[in-house]
Amino acid sequence: MPEYALEAVGLQRTFGSVRAVDDVSFALPEGGSLGIVGESGSGKTTTARIVVGLEQADDGDVLVRGRARDVRGRGRARRLARARQVQMVFQDPYLSLDPRTSVEQVLRETLRLHFPGADHDRRVRELLDQVGLGSRAADARPRQLSGGQRQRVAIARALAVKPAVLVLDEAVAALDVSVQAQILNLLADIRAETRIGYLFITHDLGVVRCVTDDVIVMRQGRVVEAGPTAEVLATPQHPYTRLLLESVPRPGWDPEAIAAARRAL
Amino acid sequence: MTAVLTRRPGLAKIRTARSPLYLLCLGFVALVTAVALLAPWLVPYDPNAIDLGNALAGPSPDHLLGVDAAGRDTLSRLLLGARTSLLGPLGVVVFSTLAGVAVGMAAAWRGGWLDSVLSRSTELVFAFPGMLLAILIISIYGEGLIAPVIALSIAYLPYVSRLTRSLVLAERARPYVSAYQVQGHSGLQICLRHVLPNIAPVVLAQSTINFGYALMDLAGLSFLGLGIPALTPDWGRMVFDGQTAIQHGYPLSAILPSVFIVLTVVAFNVVGERWADRVARRTP
Amino acid sequence: MRPTQTPHTLDVQGLRITLPGTARPVLDGVDLHVAAGETIALVGESGSGKTLTSRSALNLLPPGAVVEGAVRVRGEDVLTMDTDQLRALRTSAVAMIFQDPRAALNPLRRIGDFLTESVTLTGTMGRADATARAAELLRAVGLNDSVLRKYPGQVSGGMLQRVMIAAALMGDPALLLADEPTTALDVTTQAEVVALLAELRERFGTGLLFVTHDLDLAAAISDRVYVMYAGRIAESGPAEALFARPRHPYTAALLASTPRLEAPQGRLAAIDGQPPDLRQELPGCPFAARCHLATEICARQAPEPQPAPGLPRHQAACHHSDRLEGSPVDA
Repeated sequence: MPEYALEAVGLQRTFGSVRAVDDVSFALPEGGSLGIVGESGSGKTTTARIVVGLEQADDGDVLVRGRARDVRGRGRARRLARARQVQMVFQDPYLSLDPRTSVEQVLRETLRLHFPGADHDRRVRELLDQVGLGSRAADARPRQLSGGQRQRVAIARALAVKPAVLVLDEAVAALDVSVQAQILNLLADIRAETRIGYLFITHDLGVVRCVTDDVIVMRQGRVVEAGPTAEVLATPQHPYTRLLLESVPRPGWDPEAIAAARRAL
Repeated sequence: MTAVLTRRPGLAKIRTARSPLYLLCLGFVALVTAVALLAPWLVPYDPNAIDLGNALAGPSPDHLLGVDAAGRDTLSRLLLGARTSLLGPLGVVVFSTLAGVAVGMAAAWRGGWLDSVLSRSTELVFAFPGMLLAILIISIYGEGLIAPVIALSIAYLPYVSRLTRSLVLAERARPYVSAYQVQGHSGLQICLRHVLPNIAPVVLAQSTINFGYALMDLAGLSFLGLGIPALTPDWGRMVFDGQTAIQHGYPLSAILPSVFIVLTVVAFNVVGERWADRVARRTP
Repeated sequence: MRPTQTPHTLDVQGLRITLPGTARPVLDGVDLHVAAGETIALVGESGSGKTLTSRSALNLLPPGAVVEGAVRVRGEDVLTMDTDQLRALRTSAVAMIFQDPRAALNPLRRIGDFLTESVTLTGTMGRADATARAAELLRAVGLNDSVLRKYPGQVSGGMLQRVMIAAALMGDPALLLADEPTTALDVTTQAEVVALLAELRERFGTGLLFVTHDLDLAAAISDRVYVMYAGRIAESGPAEALFARPRHPYTAALLASTPRLEAPQGRLAAIDGQPPDLRQELPGCPFAARCHLATEICARQAPEPQPAPGLPRHQAACHHSDRLEGSPVDA
């Protein structure tokens, strides 16, 4: 069994003259959870989109369970194989579901595509149960659901494919604190249950600490620091990581010093 | 939503009017459609039966709306004329909508060179007057309803395809489309099952507006004696035939079809724009 | 009102707003005040009514809203003002900063025009004076004059939020309403904007009502905090007291469910369930259904705000505040 669920080697992507992703490498162990932290423009979202295949890298490779991910290939079989490697949960639960499709239909569509002939009724119930949605939610359209419920649907849809890796792009950023905690706990439970690997894209260091084992910090397209989450957050080596940590509001927080440090960096 | 329906100017004042006008127009559209469907059972006379002795007679209990210069019953021709006059635009709308949506969607979804080619070629059609194109095609294919319908469908296609393209571009940027891509659905599946239903209301509203304009253009063509065969009852043709009657002081057989053309076009526009406005309000 | 004292910059009393088609008021008896030069944080989740409360200071209410209670700015009731008085209020006494600066600016107009527009249109200032003041305020928010000639698309989000702050200060307001002004910004930029707001408050003596969903941010910047839940004030008081010893189970639960750098790793203490929606009537405490302290009285009778023993300014609307005392809450 290969050691890594997901590996990125020397990813490069430029938009015009901007190097959005510049020589980014990382590895996510089987069943592990890796956070990518950065601010807007750091390239973290582009990196995630390259991993799932929504964006093409100019250079570099993405490997899933040791095999290079075929991102360009056309045709049904390759498309489905790609989908089973990596799935994604998007930031905005209000826009990532088709407003006209009910919860059950969303799941059935995916199951029909990937597991034709299997018992979909049972699997739909299983998935809804797994993400903590009652079967009453099955008939609901997205607009009848709250943000947290929609994000649960999005997670169920991703899990339906049984992917090796789940990319979560700011998946809890749009949620209220109390709901965010529910979703973070849910994600932790699912990982413990299924040994799925998480690639967690976020700007929130509290969230990173809560759900990841390892973390990489990105700034202007480059990885500035990488390591086990606890270590990076406790003893940050790079000044930018330190700045990020100090910027998190807390009682006795000195925004002016942070502003000065930011200008100095 | 960045997409804007293409409208010819002129109905702005009427459009601002409130719902009584809309209901009136909706009623008129329903009435004209019903008449067109039931015309063969409603007409009192054969529309081509010639009664020269009665030529240019005014309204009478026998001929409720009088008789034209060739001695044909105006009411019968008007009722049956509704069929041709509505069938033509319907053909134009169906064909231009189907083809326009296909072209616009392909251009927006694939992008790149296909988008350039499709967009440039629809612009080419834009630059070429629709009527002229119609006359050209009719001169090649000769008489009949098919030639002008095809010509006008091509002329109307760019309006639909441009609208579709901008709608699909906006829809495509939504994360749910990316989500389906990541799930392994093919582009065609996503387009047909998810994108199309979401943009359909806006496109259909534009098509309803196009219906009115197509009716007007087709009536114009048959007024010029192009397309519709001479004996087929048709409103545009009736206006043309009625010219001599106007000169003789019996305007009814020419004015009535003109009035129906105008009312039908206005009614379809008001209804279509109302639907368009409603759709535009609904989508955030 | 107490006639002997100077009136508060903002004084909201018993504000109750009912919207058509809902089973209960969106705001239900909100009491809140901002003293001159004070920074107040209004914390709540989406749908708690925090934005509506802040907007009531400008009488910006949704159509069809039935309003009871009073909203006074410097002693004058905003809710009874006519159109002219309201316009005067909005251009001078009260200013607002929005969450997304890019959405609040016309991308086709220069930033300079945007800054000077409201004061020149109302005739409070001549064009030259207005431009001079705009330049001065831009320097005050740490930008230089060249920004005046730029378009919104040419500057970053953080800079744009500074422009919004400068614009808000143009009319020399007594009260600044900031509705999630840093939510759309990066954490490091957020610190900068917050530092700027604090500095400006000292310099201009403006009262600040800071609306946010972020409890930690609220604690870090404000003198007093109001926590809202389902249209009511759950708890209010000095920031340190409220965080060290929350007296409302909702505040306590919210603090416990926030993922934090200092907190132990592992599962979060999530609050089960969801906030009640507007179609649901709430005769009792709105938090009762999700509360671990709830008893039979909570569902029946809405709690009134009660001061903490010995701390009259720290109030919580809970029947069981005392049972929270001493329960371990890591703040």
